[in-house]
Amino acid sequence: MRLITLNATVTASNDRDAAALREKLVSRGTLLVNVMSAAGSGKTTLLSRLIRDLPDVKIGVMEADIASDVDAKTIEALGAAAIQVHTSGMCHMDAGMTAAAVEAMDPSLRLLFLENVGNLICPAEYDTGAGLNLMLLSVPEGDDKPLKYPLMFQKSDALVVTKTDTLSYFTFDLEKCVERVKKLNPAIRIFPVSAKTGEGMAALEAYLRERLAALTEGTDHA
Amino acid sequence: MHEMGIVLHLAKTLDETAEQEQLTKIGRVVLQVGEVSGIMTDLFTDAWDYFKGRHPVLTESTLVLETIPAVTWCDNCKQTYETVKYGRECPYCHSGETWLLQGNECVIKEIEAE
Repeated sequence: MRLITLNATVTASNDRDAAALREKLVSRGTLLVNVMSAAGSGKTTLLSRLIRDLPDVKIGVMEADIASDVDAKTIEALGAAAIQVHTSGMCHMDAGMTAAAVEAMDPSLRLLFLENVGNLICPAEYDTGAGLNLMLLSVPEGDDKPLKYPLMFQKSDALVVTKTDTLSYFTFDLEKCVERVKKLNPAIRIFPVSAKTGEGMAALEAYLRERLAALTEGTDHA
Repeated sequence: MHEMGIVLHLAKTLDETAEQEQLTKIGRVVLQVGEVSGIMTDLFTDAWDYFKGRHPVLTESTLVLETIPAVTWCDNCKQTYETVKYGRECPYCHSGETWLLQGNECVIKEIEAE
């Protein structure tokens, strides 16, 4: 036997797959948004609202869950393209699984959401090839989550604080939450919203349009 | 579940290495795991034993885990401290302006193969 020195991170092959997928999506003018949060934070409700509010943008959704197709059916009922991805027990989506799911979607979609498995830990550790990492934290979950799950907040480009219509029922301190998140990730953009009442949605939608425009700048897809 | 995902990626990387280097058999695999990487070594070894049976080149392999201690740097008083013992707050000056220098890794250091 001979000794081979590798010094490679275990996720090296995933990182390569992710880079290839990212390049492919940029060239076709699709912004892939990796949506990460705990289970029950309102991912599907937020996406449903975005689909209704952005009728001029061609939107697709890839729903990743361990089982069932309830979320994909909800999205399809709104007229957007949706597929359900089963992770066969895996707690996260990796780049290879994401690339396979992307293959099943219409290439002319502009905004493609990957609804990752509801989990604040593992999805943060795997690059999916997304152009934008969006994290959701709902008011009922509490403002202490940045302290408990720092990596997810560090890896996200934007944080959407959902269910702000319930702020008066919980002891969620938005200011304290923002302070904790900014300490972990000074560059992160934060959007408090209620997908139910529509409060704060305009700012989030403007941000998504801005990111989409930045992606297609300098390419033929603009 | 988390460990299973890491083992899958490890097996994939080793399969790729075997193809590139034209290896038929991999023996010892030395993996460096950071103290705060969140990997449970017992679960990891169980998952590994399950998966190696499914990769012909890995069937006779053994996994050796080396721990990398977690060390945090304090940017306020410019010194390092043990992460596991003290957490995010610097034990010397109590500053929160600290970051992890090492201890979050999961690196394949080397393999023995033929």
